[in-house]
Amino acid sequence: MASTAIPANQTPQLNYLNNGHTIKSWLLTTDHKRIALLYLVSVSIFFFLGGVFAMLIRLELLTPEGDLLSADNYNKAFTQHGMIMVFFFLIPVVPAVLGNFLVPLMVGAKDLAFPRINLLSWYLYIAGGALFLHCMLNGGVDTGWTFYSPFATEYTNTRIVEAGLAVFLAGFSSIFTGLNFIVTIHRMRAPGLTWDRLPLFIWANYATALIMILGTPVIAITIVLVAVERLFHLGIFDPKLGGDPLLFQHLFWFYSHPAVYIMILPSMGVISELITCFSRKRVFGYKFVALSSIAIAVIGFLVWAHHMFVAGISLYAAMIFSFLTFFVGVPSAVKIFNWTATLYKGSISYATPMLYAFGFIGLFTIGGLTGLMLATLGIDVHVTDTYFVVAHFHYVMVGGVLMGYLGGMHFWWPKITGRMYPEAWAKLSALFVFVGFNLTFFPQFILGYVGMPRRYWQYPPEFQVLNVLSTAGASVLAVGYLLPMIYLLWSLRYGPIAGDNPWNAAGLEWKTTSPPPTLNFEQTPVVTWEAYNYDEIPDKELEAPVAR
Amino acid sequence: MPDSQATTQVSTLEHEAHNPALVHQFADAQQQKDAASLGMWLFLVTEIMFFGGMFCAYLIYRLMYFNAFAAGSQQLNIGLGAFNTAVLIVSSVTVVLAVKAAEAGKRKLLVAYLVVTVLLGLTFLVVKGFEYREKFEKHHVPGSTFQFTDTFDDNGKKIPVDPKEAELFFSLYFAMTGMHALHMIIGCGLFTGLAILAWRGHYTPGYFTPIENGGLYWHLVDIIWIYLFPLLYLISRHS
Repeated sequence: MASTAIPANQTPQLNYLNNGHTIKSWLLTTDHKRIALLYLVSVSIFFFLGGVFAMLIRLELLTPEGDLLSADNYNKAFTQHGMIMVFFFLIPVVPAVLGNFLVPLMVGAKDLAFPRINLLSWYLYIAGGALFLHCMLNGGVDTGWTFYSPFATEYTNTRIVEAGLAVFLAGFSSIFTGLNFIVTIHRMRAPGLTWDRLPLFIWANYATALIMILGTPVIAITIVLVAVERLFHLGIFDPKLGGDPLLFQHLFWFYSHPAVYIMILPSMGVISELITCFSRKRVFGYKFVALSSIAIAVIGFLVWAHHMFVAGISLYAAMIFSFLTFFVGVPSAVKIFNWTATLYKGSISYATPMLYAFGFIGLFTIGGLTGLMLATLGIDVHVTDTYFVVAHFHYVMVGGVLMGYLGGMHFWWPKITGRMYPEAWAKLSALFVFVGFNLTFFPQFILGYVGMPRRYWQYPPEFQVLNVLSTAGASVLAVGYLLPMIYLLWSLRYGPIAGDNPWNAAGLEWKTTSPPPTLNFEQTPVVTWEAYNYDEIPDKELEAPVAR
Repeated sequence: MPDSQATTQVSTLEHEAHNPALVHQFADAQQQKDAASLGMWLFLVTEIMFFGGMFCAYLIYRLMYFNAFAAGSQQLNIGLGAFNTAVLIVSSVTVVLAVKAAEAGKRKLLVAYLVVTVLLGLTFLVVKGFEYREKFEKHHVPGSTFQFTDTFDDNGKKIPVDPKEAELFFSLYFAMTGMHALHMIIGCGLFTGLAILAWRGHYTPGYFTPIENGGLYWHLVDIIWIYLFPLLYLISRHS
């Protein structure tokens, strides 16, 4: 450890953290870095809550009998788990925390284009979150996070309208984030920072923002129609009143499938940054990796009906959507292959962020390949609504997104806080996460394939062994997630001072101080180099103050 | 770097010296204007996707229940609808004139055009209110009081209509025109605010981006109506 305390002759410089200490200076801030931290705290709370519901589900499934929760409460538990994790954690987590912090830094700007809209986006998120908590405390929702009609519009007695409004508000928070990113990336790049010099994290967030502004309004109007149907008994989706429940599914998945790419694309951007930094190499095939993000965003809009293969769409439509679903695998595979090609002959080091990057590649590959299995019409009919599907999307949404998020959090923690995290603890928790994750979700592939349906609180006794394994894995995973919450907080006070660029990484965000000043750079940087020019950066990593 | 107008620090200081409207994150006024304009266009894209969901629902049900939709459409007041269409087209012209007045720095003219635009918007809303009242009187509001009797085409032939299907037409009619009216109300509020700020001399020929962006919003809401009018009022009126 090179330095553990501030040298006595050096007073701490003015940065975004010590520039104002009042509550007001945080709650009314327009600084993108402070808003990122507000988001960090709020999404962490929701992640914790969603995790509690996940543990309830796993504990109920420990035994074949429905003994811990009643059927109704089990329905509410998985609905609350799904809605919190999807709308209040996975969708905002990487763009609103890491993206908010890094997009202006990476393009060399003083802030996002619309700082007040950025703050508004956080307040909308909080309003939506508070409303959802209110629903939760007053009976909850029991329709599953998909609130399919006509159950959600007609039959359930739970708080659909309020929960819908909560999602509506969170959706607008996401639209505003996306709008801010696109304008910032188009209009506020530093001199010399051309499109083909942008970090891949920026490309990934740009693609994400496109989905946010094109997809989210559709779920917003769908929710309005559900609410109107429920309140005034209009027959827009209810077949009894002449409506078409399939239309609801089409509109819902038109957003909610691309939403999966809202979750995974920013994490893929993080992985590109990690792989290049810790193998000290330019990324292999920059343009392909950059454009594959855009390709995923575009093709991702054309695959939604693969959620509806057994819902009664025509066979021809199903075949086209099946083909397009295979097709979206191409740009995803481009990323995986290019990352592994980047590793080839790189000088690889195994700091914690890199462990998460490796974890991402492995888990996302499994999640992606089982996605191709599900795109096959015959297999999909067999495993629809089974645990196979549950395992598949958890490999992508938890294995993928969370690995990227945790890797990114560890990588940029020294930039965000100025302190290093404790490396040994971090490696241990990365191990817990990887082992716990696979132990939780791999048995679910088998369970689903042999026929255990999702969303039931009881199951036949022959499924118990695999369910016990899964619950045990969930406990290990929970430890893996709780550890960073503890040691990252600890490092705020006791972590070694990181220095401006502890990883000796490329990228504009490392060229300013840690933590950065309020306006990010002393002087607007002028970019004259390509992205990831690691061949031009002398490898002085050993002398950097990295906790070993 | 064709689309990013960021310049170096030196020019920032020069511009800050004589442009009070420039906010800190932008290097110069041009960059600020371009960012605001792109932001507004992106917002309009989200609005189109928002209404797109309802247009999609409309098109599907119109294909499924064409007779009921045609019959429902013939119950709408085409005179008031056409009048409102004309009102909105005129209001779009006054918005264009307002932007032009702002560009030329004619403050009083700008305020006048903004006020006229708001008045036209309110006219639209009042007429829409009368139309809604007519629907209540004819029991065409979806819900337990909904009634719909068979209608006849131009040749006097009876068109059999399931009241449930006609109710769906009126559900979509109220959802679409209601959401549009909500946007009109927001637009009137927005333009009232712009008029007040314009009266106080907030906008100069060098800075009138809010007028331009407000205008873009107003035009979009008009265009949505331009699509709603034929889809809802003019079905099967070709003969």
